[in-house]
Amino acid sequence: MSELLTDIEAIRAHFPILSREVNGKPLVYLDNGATSQKPQSVIDAISHYYEYENSNIHRGVHTLSQDATAAYEDVRKKVQKFINAKHDHEIIFTSGTTDGINLVASSFGASLVRKGDEILITAMEHHSNIVPWQMLCERRGAHLKVLPISKEGEIDIEAFKKLIGPKTELISLVHISNSLGTINPIKEMIAIAHAQNIPVMIDGAQAVHHMPVDVQELDADFYVFSAHKMYGPTGVGILYGKEELLNDMEPYQGGGDMIKNVTFEKTTYNDLPFKFEAGTPNIAGGIGLGAAIDFINSIGFDFIQAHEAELCRFAVSQLRDIKGLRFIGTAKERAGLVSFVLDGIHPYDTGVILDKLGIAVRTGHHCTQPVMTFFEVPGTVRASFAVYNTKQEVVKLVEGIDRVKRMF
Amino acid sequence: MVGTVENIEAKEQEIIEEFSLFDDWMDRYEHIIGLGKVLPLISDELKQDDLLIKGCQSRVWLHANLEDGKVLFTADSDAIITKGIISLLIRVLSGQTPSEIINTDLTFIDEIGLKEHLSPTRSNGLVSMVKQMKLYALAFRTQQNNPS
Repeated sequence: MSELLTDIEAIRAHFPILSREVNGKPLVYLDNGATSQKPQSVIDAISHYYEYENSNIHRGVHTLSQDATAAYEDVRKKVQKFINAKHDHEIIFTSGTTDGINLVASSFGASLVRKGDEILITAMEHHSNIVPWQMLCERRGAHLKVLPISKEGEIDIEAFKKLIGPKTELISLVHISNSLGTINPIKEMIAIAHAQNIPVMIDGAQAVHHMPVDVQELDADFYVFSAHKMYGPTGVGILYGKEELLNDMEPYQGGGDMIKNVTFEKTTYNDLPFKFEAGTPNIAGGIGLGAAIDFINSIGFDFIQAHEAELCRFAVSQLRDIKGLRFIGTAKERAGLVSFVLDGIHPYDTGVILDKLGIAVRTGHHCTQPVMTFFEVPGTVRASFAVYNTKQEVVKLVEGIDRVKRMF
Repeated sequence: MVGTVENIEAKEQEIIEEFSLFDDWMDRYEHIIGLGKVLPLISDELKQDDLLIKGCQSRVWLHANLEDGKVLFTADSDAIITKGIISLLIRVLSGQTPSEIINTDLTFIDEIGLKEHLSPTRSNGLVSMVKQMKLYALAFRTQQNNPS
């Protein structure tokens, strides 16, 4: 294996967009929790696919289709290895995390959730991990139970144990919170749920690019994530599911690729993974995801974790000294971001001025309105990090906030 | 007083001239923030849910009534920059006739370099607010034309 990439300037050089200016200032991109930037290798992989390999996959006998199929299916194996799934047919391509959750809510729900059953989520979930379950509960006459969080933004394991009951059919929870940065103790929670034979789905959208994820070690039943937050393209994501559960579930959408045999009387469905992949997929996106995994592997999680943890520590230590700044989310185990409010200054106003300074942060409720309600804030300012961010950028953020404070 | 209000174009021109004094974005924004801070635009008892226009990021309250054939607006927001821009919109539109309000396209916002705030992607409630102002004007005009 070639030498790992561990020099920040060398890493930054892979991202063309990082050298552009915004509002006449060098871009400081701290909105990685929304989407990360893409390295040249991902951009090239997508272009190369369209320039040399484009064709529809599976079933084509001609060379292009064979090549495209091989390239796409190689990515499935790459993802399998990336999250250490047991089988490559446990890797389902989706359009993103939201799609993966909706797939499980729909298919698992149709097969296994009945009137009076309970689905358990936490109070720190993204709307994507709330609304599909609400819709399922409404359809089925089931109940959505919500595990509360502490003022630090942490889960209480004892409360979790108490909330699980004989009617709990599925637990769905976030690995790393997108608005608080909390890393949930999912391995422990999965073990607790499994002691009562309850499957657990993990929303890993904010996790897979920050830390190594081993679905077998976690014993997760479902694990979903998006390519675009891990240096890959938008419009593609992964649902990992244990073989036996996926086999028990109804197909999600009907169409091409997901069938074995179709007559007007009866259709038999294809085997995994194709049973859940109706229609022509986002082939170029899948190939981009493969390149994104290669990029992550070229750096390695040892460096990624150490560098991002140092960035977060530095950001907290710098921001803490700002008078009137209050962190939202102070869990002991955190990753990837800092979320805060400024006394008397609306997050929207902060975001507008920071943008004028070339600093991209996210302001608002981050699609977690219940979290904002819990902390009694209209929204927060969130700076979220990727491996290419630097301490100098954190310093620019701090200077930007000083500027904001002087203006309001 | 209502009867002597200048028309929309004159008001817009006045604001464009006012903003032409500023060299850079910083001064422009400081002016807007100043406008946002000065005015208590709407009384607290009017900050009710039925007057609330929900933006994704900031909230806007808008109230309108018709006096002597002119529409009078009051409005507010929880974000200061949004509030500053609201005060400009109110300066231009409040006290005008329903027809004038319906027909204006508010080009001054673009001319003073604040177009981005009226982009739907900003989700600050301003786009919906302008739409709502025009809807009020339309409703008042209908009322005038069909007195019950």
